[in-house]
Amino acid sequence: MAEVLVYVDHVDGAVRKPTLELLTLARRIGEPVAVALGAGAGDTAAALAEHGAVKVLTHDASEYADYLVVPKVDALQAAVESVSAAGSLAAVLVPSSAEGKEIAARLALRIGSGIITDAVDLEAGDEGPVATQSVFAASFTTKSRVSKGVPVVTVKPNSTAVEAAPAAGAVESLAVTFSAQATGTKVTGRTPRESTGRPELTEAAIVVSGGRGVNGAENFALIESLADSLGAAVGASRAAVDAGWYPHTNQVGQTGKSVSPQLYIANGISGAIQHRAGMQTSKTIVAVNKDAEAPIFDLVDYGVVGDLFDVVPQLTEEINTRKG
Amino acid sequence: MSLRIVVTVKYVPDATGDRHFADDLTVDRDDVDGLLSELDEYAVEQALQISENSDDDVEVTVLTVGPEDAKDALRKALSMGADKAIHVEDDDLHGTDVIGTSLVLAKAIEKAGYDLVISGLASTDGTMGVVPALLAERLGVPQVTLLSEVSVEDGTVKGRRDGDAASEQLEASLPAVVSVTDQSGEARYPSFKGIMAAKKKPVESWDLSDLELEAEEVGLEGAWTAVDSASARPARTAGTIVKDEGEGGKQLAEFLAGQKFI
Ligand SMILES: Cc1cc2nc3c(=O)[nH]c(=O)nc-3n(C[C@H](O)[C@H](O)[C@@H](O)COP(=O)(O)OP(=O)(O)OC[C@H]3O[C@@H](n4cnc5c(N)ncnc54)[C@H](O)[C@@H]3O)c2cc1C
Ligand SMILES: Cc1cc2nc3c(=O)[nH]c(=O)nc-3n(C[C@H](O)[C@H](O)[C@H](O)COP(=O)(O)OP(=O)(O)OC[C@H]3O[C@@H](n4cnc5c(N)ncnc54)[C@H](O)[C@@H]3O)c2cc1C
Repeated sequence: MAEVLVYVDHVDGAVRKPTLELLTLARRIGEPVAVALGAGAGDTAAALAEHGAVKVLTHDASEYADYLVVPKVDALQAAVESVSAAGSLAAVLVPSSAEGKEIAARLALRIGSGIITDAVDLEAGDEGPVATQSVFAASFTTKSRVSKGVPVVTVKPNSTAVEAAPAAGAVESLAVTFSAQATGTKVTGRTPRESTGRPELTEAAIVVSGGRGVNGAENFALIESLADSLGAAVGASRAAVDAGWYPHTNQVGQTGKSVSPQLYIANGISGAIQHRAGMQTSKTIVAVNKDAEAPIFDLVDYGVVGDLFDVVPQLTEEINTRKG
Repeated sequence: MSLRIVVTVKYVPDATGDRHFADDLTVDRDDVDGLLSELDEYAVEQALQISENSDDDVEVTVLTVGPEDAKDALRKALSMGADKAIHVEDDDLHGTDVIGTSLVLAKAIEKAGYDLVISGLASTDGTMGVVPALLAERLGVPQVTLLSEVSVEDGTVKGRRDGDAASEQLEASLPAVVSVTDQSGEARYPSFKGIMAAKKKPVESWDLSDLELEAEEVGLEGAWTAVDSASARPARTAGTIVKDEGEGGKQLAEFLAGQKFI
């Protein structure tokens, strides 16, 4: 069976959920071989094996943290070459983060392959893997293939349910020679983001968002309380972010995160096309807005026309009561 | 010293219009108004600010690869204050994928001459967000991408990249490829004077032969990806909408419980 390389997104050895989703998708088209780089790379093996990785190629070097993107491209290229030499390679899958897409693109160019980004599904086809994309603010669904080279595909978080499938997960160290470009862009400083304790926005099963209607940074406490009652992540519209009420890292939409949770609750958000671009693929959509004409109501499964300052606290209280 | 900046700008169908696909599964550009991709306005803005803050002699060239109407995008960028424009236009470019687009852009950037390339974070139609990385790879220069803050001094570009896990300070020597986010600073509106001045600014037109490229390397035929189908997302079935008359929160909780979210 052909191999499928899966690029591992991890934080000091803790594998992030989108990678486990990729392993699940990879098994539809071949045998997953994972590539984990940087500090803690070796610690990823158990989780990767549990989810179907037959092999885990690891490499650590200070270059991964000290320089932007290119060292990781060099390593992934080395992995492609070693797997291709040993057998046949069906595809390379990379999580669709901003960095993941950049790594995938440069790799594709180097190995003479086409690239598809932001796939929301992947299946085997007669002429190689077929990717589903959700485009034009999710108003169209396309099916595409890479027609030249080894398909390089980036996949959005929440594209499939994670399935465990224990495999060998044999750890092998990867030999990497860094290219002349590897040290071109120095990382001269790094300020880690403080954890809020809430789920990661792009990975969360439930997202509760607030917009201009929230009317002030202090009122975001209402949105956070609702989110906490549901174990949800907090999102915000660009209007709320631009007003300084919530950090940009929580922005949902075209220039923020794109989310695809089981449940999305929009509070005081009108539903502009750029916001919809980031949340329209959510499975169930709920909105609270005092304007019955707000475009967000065109998308909802359930909508409440009302003042969020009345509805949201009542909802939170009711949820907390029901949960006992 | 002089600094040559090339800003890549894309002409895209208006996102608020009815965007759709043509029969050959490429984007239908005839039925929808096009405009300068809004996110590329931020790239033009940063180029102009670098120019304004520099003691050097800075020239800002805007570059687009696109059909005849793509000139509109160049005009907009010129009216914001760019000095000159290059339009790469050729019938054989129809249906080019991202690998091909980056090839054409890289050839044009090399021909134009550059110290710094500035791109938007993503187009508003393809939204792949990978062209800047591909340009850096093709040109063999550092990529300093997704910056929400950028400055250029003494042949060095510095910037801040706000990622998921951390905010990073980046640094590279010129020549380099930069991309900027919409957090980098509001883009200016063209002034009346700017609009009038833009009419007199030079717009060069290049085709594939000017870039020593063959038709087979680009276009639908030369694409390394193939779109097999495109279908409009089925309209969502109309949801339940209630008016809050004091019980709106409770009703919503009932709905969420019914859906097993509580
Ligand atoms: C809905 C849709 C989905 C697509 N999916 C794929 C795919 O999966 N694989 C694939 O290979 N191609 C795909 N394409 C084609 C691809 O998007 C375009 O060929 C292309 O011009 C580059 O990608 P982008 O527009 O996504 O640019 P991005 O990478 O998002 O653009 C980033 C920046 O690059 C610059 N730039 C991009 N294009 C141009 C241009 N023509 N002229 C000047 N500057 C430019 C701009 O500064 C822009 O801000 C898709 C196109 C569409 C419309
Ligand atoms: C290039 C570009 C990229 C963009 N990217 C993004 C993006 O990534 N994400 C994004 O969100 N936007 C983005 N935007 C902005 C987008 O166009 C809208 O301006 C933005 O989404 C509006 O945010 P909003 O819905 O919170 O505000 P508004 O449109 O002002 O809507 C506020 C809503 O709150 C309701 N409201 C007010 N008070 C109450 C109350 N007490 N109770 C209940 N409801 C109330 C109002 O009825 C209204 O519908 C982008 C724009 C551009 C041009």
